[in-house]
Amino acid sequence: MSSRLLLKGGRIVSPGSMCGQVVDVAVADGKVLSIGSVPAGFTPDTEIDAAGHWISAGFIDLSHTLRQPGLEHKATISSEVLAAARGGFTTLCTPPSTSPVNDSAAVTNLIYDQALEAAQVKVLPIGAMTKGLQGEQLSEMFALRQAGCIAVTNMRRPFRNNQVLKRCLEYACSQDIRAFVCPQDAALAKEGCAHDGAMASKLGLVGIPAIAEVLSVAQWLILAEETEAQVHFSQISCARSVSMISEAKSRGLKVTADVAIANLMHTDAVIAGYNPMYHVEPPLRSEADRKALLEGVNEGVIDAICSNHEPHESAAKQAPFAETAAGMSQAELLWSQMVGLIQTGQLRQDAAIRALTVGPAAVLNIESGSLESGAVADLVVLDPDTRWTVSEDSLLSRGKNTPWIGKSVQGRALYTILDGTIVYSAEGSF
Amino acid sequence: MPELDEHSPVLQLNRFDHLRHFLSIDGLSRQHLTDILDTAETFIEVGTRSIKKVPLLRGKTVANLFFEASTRTRTTFELAAKRLSADVLNINISTSATSKGESLSDMLQNLEAMAVDMFVVRHAQSGAPHFIAESVTPRVSVINAGDGRHAHPTQAMLDMLTIRQHKGQFKGLTVAIVGDILHSRVARSQIRALNVLGAKEVRVIAPDTLLPVDVESFGVTVFNDMAQGLDGVDVVIMLRLQKERMEGALLPSESEFFRLYGLSEKKLKLAKPDAIVMHPGPINRGVEIDSAVADGPQSVILNEVTNGIAVRMAVLSMAMSGQIADLAADEEVL
Repeated sequence: MSSRLLLKGGRIVSPGSMCGQVVDVAVADGKVLSIGSVPAGFTPDTEIDAAGHWISAGFIDLSHTLRQPGLEHKATISSEVLAAARGGFTTLCTPPSTSPVNDSAAVTNLIYDQALEAAQVKVLPIGAMTKGLQGEQLSEMFALRQAGCIAVTNMRRPFRNNQVLKRCLEYACSQDIRAFVCPQDAALAKEGCAHDGAMASKLGLVGIPAIAEVLSVAQWLILAEETEAQVHFSQISCARSVSMISEAKSRGLKVTADVAIANLMHTDAVIAGYNPMYHVEPPLRSEADRKALLEGVNEGVIDAICSNHEPHESAAKQAPFAETAAGMSQAELLWSQMVGLIQTGQLRQDAAIRALTVGPAAVLNIESGSLESGAVADLVVLDPDTRWTVSEDSLLSRGKNTPWIGKSVQGRALYTILDGTIVYSAEGSF
Repeated sequence: MPELDEHSPVLQLNRFDHLRHFLSIDGLSRQHLTDILDTAETFIEVGTRSIKKVPLLRGKTVANLFFEASTRTRTTFELAAKRLSADVLNINISTSATSKGESLSDMLQNLEAMAVDMFVVRHAQSGAPHFIAESVTPRVSVINAGDGRHAHPTQAMLDMLTIRQHKGQFKGLTVAIVGDILHSRVARSQIRALNVLGAKEVRVIAPDTLLPVDVESFGVTVFNDMAQGLDGVDVVIMLRLQKERMEGALLPSESEFFRLYGLSEKKLKLAKPDAIVMHPGPINRGVEIDSAVADGPQSVILNEVTNGIAVRMAVLSMAMSGQIADLAADEEVL
């Protein structure tokens, strides 16, 4: 049940008319009642002292793997929505890499129902663009949209040929469902597990060259122009992708893009010791790529930062580097990493918050992400200062696959509020 | 938020800066490499005795874990361990547990429980010995017998020993490595070792399709042309060319490769008159090297095989004493 909340004396950091002000926020009936002066006669059920803290619209994640159905040995919806709420997320998109693949209304409904029952975060499934993600036959995109899929994607799986790829885009466009694209040429990326640079050469790892992504971005941009379809690029990793998307946007193409937090934080230098925690897709690339991605976020060319949360069981990472499963558990660590990037001046605070709120909301075309009177009360109270040490036990996610275990980080979400109800509170949990 | 400190740990050295594993040439100093070469020299004589044994590893168990087929490397490691009086366990992985779905970690734990003191590991994945060294107890040393494209440090060291025997020193030497650098763990280790030991110039000669990205960062000069690359070199190292390289569009044919990059007597004349010819084996006669060169007066290929046993004896005994010294120091702390 939503209650009447009063958040006292926090600094508004979300884009909006009150951004930067230290004010009170009143919440009632699942909506933001007021920002600034509290209406006379408002008596809150709960008061939250937000002094010294930040208040933002809840975070929206464009790629957040939940593993259910079918991969419950890695994680479950009930475990991961708790982790997401703790990470400050109020909306997340979950890719179709379930087992079976989410290429039908039945799987979408299953995910939806489980998430609804957990009531911790709004889950928006992303459907498969082709049946079984096989890249051959169109999925029933209309049915997927009816069931609640927010978009369709083929992830990094190849299409049989460019004819199939073009028709997928045209059909998605005609059914009014967004196409999410993970740009990567399958042949150029074949068997690769790291950025194709001096480090992979030295370590003897098969590389994924930047050109595998850049060629694919070029191809999709031309198709987007040709078909006038909306295309969203998921998890770009190369400097050249940023400049090509920037150029396309300035020509008026309806394209958007996001970047995974790992690619903003690390370069391929960290794989020197073969630490499988850094085995991710897309791979961690060069410092020049990382800088261009940060610049892309600061300038708004990149619309969103996603967690690319991919929880794994511990055995998935206990093997030689190339044989390990790719992906990091990120849900509860995204904000701390953002604080690090903001404090070191690499990311502007306003750009960072935008990329977690109004940026992804605009990509999804949903009414969320802004902090105004009358808006849905999906909020997060952020503590940018407190240091905490990451340990396996301290993570609510079933995935403990992060290089941050044992390290001290700064910043956390204090309260996550969904439709006016507190779904996560840090009190006593550290 | 602090920067993550993820520099490659000096996993293979013990607290006294001595070898306790032998995973790659990376991270080792000229002194470390020279110690290995000097120790190996002392073992060469053992092979000439009628009783070819010394008791350095008596009571120790060495397990050869070969996840990838090998005849020569496995045999020379076995001989080296036996000449050091160790008990040797050869585990044929293709018929053992991992093919039944047992994970690598589980298998290693079982071997540890059998009190094996050293693992000699060959694996198709780069970094596999590194992974194993990180996951075993302090009572096990890991020796890399070749991992993926990454490293084959004992092969590189036996090649260094061969070069030192013939050339006296590394200073002033120009060494050319010819062929499939991209897939070669041997080349990566040799390049590193030659640079650490102070060679004047290391050259790689290959078409671009057989060169790793940013190969210059290894400390080499790149040549696509054999005649230019061989000009005035002291040492020519030929690499084995795998047949499957024709399939991935890396090369058109064996014959074109031989024409461009195969070592014939005529091409060898471009090198210094006293240049030596090396090959880590097994040789593809007529693909990367002419029989006349392989069996000719400048070839030191069989020399390399003999040195292989001595170098492996050196590395096994040094890593074992590094392990023992570390364990003794641990006990003192307690």
